Amino acid sequence: MAKIKLSEKKKQELKEVCKSFNNEKSELINVLHKAQGIFGYLPAEVQESIAQELNLSIAHVYGVVTFYSFFTMVPKGEHPISICLGTACYVRGAEKVLEEFKRVLKVQVGETTPDGKFSLSCLRCVGACGLAPVVMVGEKVYGRVSPEGVKEIVAEYNS
Amino acid sequence: MSQKQLRIALRNCGVINPEKIEDYLARDGYQALGTVLTTLSPEAAIEIIKKSGLRGRGGGGFSTGLKWEITRKVKADQKYVVCNADEGDPGAFMDRSVLEGDPHSVIEAMAINAYCTGANKGLVYIRAEYPMAIDRLLTALKHAKEYGFLGENILGTDFDFDIEIRYGAGAFVCGEETALIHSMEGLRGEPTVKPPFPSESGYQGKPTNVNNVETYANIPVIINKGWEWFSRIGTEKSKGTKVFALAGKINNVGLIEVPMGTTLREVIYDIGGGMQDGAEFKAVQTGGPSGGCLTTKHLDTPIDYDNLLEAGSMMGSGGMIVMDSNNCMVSIAKFYLEFTVEESCGKCSPCRIGNKRLYELLEKITQGNGTMEDLDKLRNLSSVIKDTSLCGLGQTSPNPVLSTMENFYEEYLEHVTFKKCRSSICKSLMTYIVDEEKCIGCTLCARNCPVNAITGERKQAHYIDPEKCIKCGACMEKCKFSAIFTN
Repeated sequence: MAKIKLSEKKKQELKEVCKSFNNEKSELINVLHKAQGIFGYLPAEVQESIAQELNLSIAHVYGVVTFYSFFTMVPKGEHPISICLGTACYVRGAEKVLEEFKRVLKVQVGETTPDGKFSLSCLRCVGACGLAPVVMVGEKVYGRVSPEGVKEIVAEYNS
Repeated sequence: MSQKQLRIALRNCGVINPEKIEDYLARDGYQALGTVLTTLSPEAAIEIIKKSGLRGRGGGGFSTGLKWEITRKVKADQKYVVCNADEGDPGAFMDRSVLEGDPHSVIEAMAINAYCTGANKGLVYIRAEYPMAIDRLLTALKHAKEYGFLGENILGTDFDFDIEIRYGAGAFVCGEETALIHSMEGLRGEPTVKPPFPSESGYQGKPTNVNNVETYANIPVIINKGWEWFSRIGTEKSKGTKVFALAGKINNVGLIEVPMGTTLREVIYDIGGGMQDGAEFKAVQTGGPSGGCLTTKHLDTPIDYDNLLEAGSMMGSGGMIVMDSNNCMVSIAKFYLEFTVEESCGKCSPCRIGNKRLYELLEKITQGNGTMEDLDKLRNLSSVIKDTSLCGLGQTSPNPVLSTMENFYEEYLEHVTFKKCRSSICKSLMTYIVDEEKCIGCTLCARNCPVNAITGERKQAHYIDPEKCIKCGACMEKCKFSAIFTN
C-alpha cells in the first residue's frame, strides 16, 4: 500500500467522527461509512487512526473493511461508473454492456482510468430492474443501456 | 394488470406521501398500535398474529407469531427487535419500496413487536445502497417521535420504545439473522451455528427478534382487520399475499402483490402482460441465488411456500425473473454460482471451497470441455454442500444448479456431448460461418475483423478461420446481407 500523509485537519475530523459515536467498538461500521464519506476511500492510514481511536487492532479494522464490498481501499474516479449485474440486468444483456465499458475506457473492473476521471465497478441490483440493464454514473441512473449507447454516456462526462 | 392483485403490504405505497405522518394517520395509521397497547395483553396480540398464519416474508417462511412467542418466553433484562432491510437478493426490491413508500407501517409494526416480545429497543439494519429509503425512514422516525408513537410512555401507557438505524455495507450473507446481528455489532458479517437462535441469544447476547420489512408491513393490517380476515386470503398453509419483483423478458415489469396460491400463469400472462416480443416462455427463476427455476410444467401450480419448495425452488424474498429461449440455463446456473462464490463469507469450507469448485465445473462445461463425469460431480458436490454448510447461504446455493439440471438436463447434455449451446450464449461453443450463397464478397467483414480471421477475394465468398476467430460477432453485425450465421 502506498503511504499517504493525512493532513492534520482531516485527522482531527476523523477523531471527531469517532467521538460522535462515543469511540464505541460496536460502531465500527458506522464510523467507516462516515470516514469513507470524508476521504472517498479507506487507505491504510485512515484504518490505523480508526483502530487507535476505537481501541481495536488494525487487523480487526482491516478485516471488516475487506469483508464488505461497500468499502474500498482504492480511490474512485471522479465519475464512478457502476454496472448492475443483478439477475434482471444480466438476463437483459448487462454483460455485453460491461464488456463495452471495459473496451472504451481500457480498464478492468475495480480500476480507475489513468487520468482519474472514471472508475469501473459492478454492483448487484440497484432495485431498478424495470429499467434493466442499468448503469450508474455517480448518482445518475441510466436505464435500458445498450452496448451501442456506452460511448455516448462516456462522452457526456468527457466534454 | 391490477385485477388479480391484492395490496396489503404495499397498501400505502404510491398512495400516501411517505414524508407526511398525517397521510399515514388518515389511513388508519398507528391505530393498530393503539389497539394493542390499550386493549390487548402481549400474549393476546401474539395469539392474533399466530392465528393469522403469517409466515416470514424474508424467505424462510417461519411462523411470525411463533417467533414472537419464543422471544416473549425467554427471560432477560433487555430484549431487541430488529428489522431486516438488508435486501441483497439481486432482482428483488420490495423492501426498498415499502421503506420508501410507507416507512411508518414498519415503525408501527416494530413497536407492536416490541410490546409483544418485551423489548424496548428496535434496530433497523438497512443497506447503505438505499439512500432514499434511509432518508425517508429517518424522517418518519423523527415524526413518530414528535407524535409520541416512539419514546417514553407511548400513548399514555408505561410502554417505552425507540428505534435506531444500523447500516449494512454490501454483504449478501448479512441477510442471514446471525450474520446480520454480528454486522450490527460492528464485526464481520459471519453467521454462527443455530442454536442458540437469536430469539434466545442475539444482539449483544440478548434475546432478539428479527423480522423482514415485508413481514412487518403486514402486521398493522392484521391487527386492524382481524386474523380471520387475513387467514381467509391465500392457501391452506400460506396465508395472505406476497410481493414479487417481476423482471426479465416480460412486458410489464415491476412490483406486484398477489394472494398466495396465484398461479405462475396468472402472474406472467395476466399481470405481466405476457412474454416480451411474443417470445416463448422458457423458465422463471424464483428465490434468487438460493432458489431454482420453474418451467412450463409448473405454470399452473399455485404459488406458496410449500409448492415452491416441492418444485425445487423457494419463495426467497420474492424475486421473479422470467426467461425465454435466448437464455442458456447452464449459463444462468453459472451466473448464480458466480454470485455465491463472491458473497460466500468464507467461514465454512463446504460453501467457500465447494461453491468455487461448482463454479469451475460449470465454467468448464460452458467452455465446451465438460464430460459426463462432470455432470455427476456437479450433482454429488451440490448435495454435499447443501448438507454440510453452516448457514442458509451455503445450504441453498446449489439450488440453481440442481433445479436447472432437473428441468433442463438436455441442455447440459448438449453442452457436454455435442458441445452445443442452443441459445447461442456460450461463446466458446459457437462458430461463425459464412453462407457462401449469400456472401457477395464485399470485404466489409474482413475489414472489421479485429483479429484478421476472415479471408477471401473481392466478389468471392469469404471464409472465417475458426482457429483465429475470437467470436466477437463484429462481422455478423456489419454484414449487410445476413450472410454470416452461427451454429
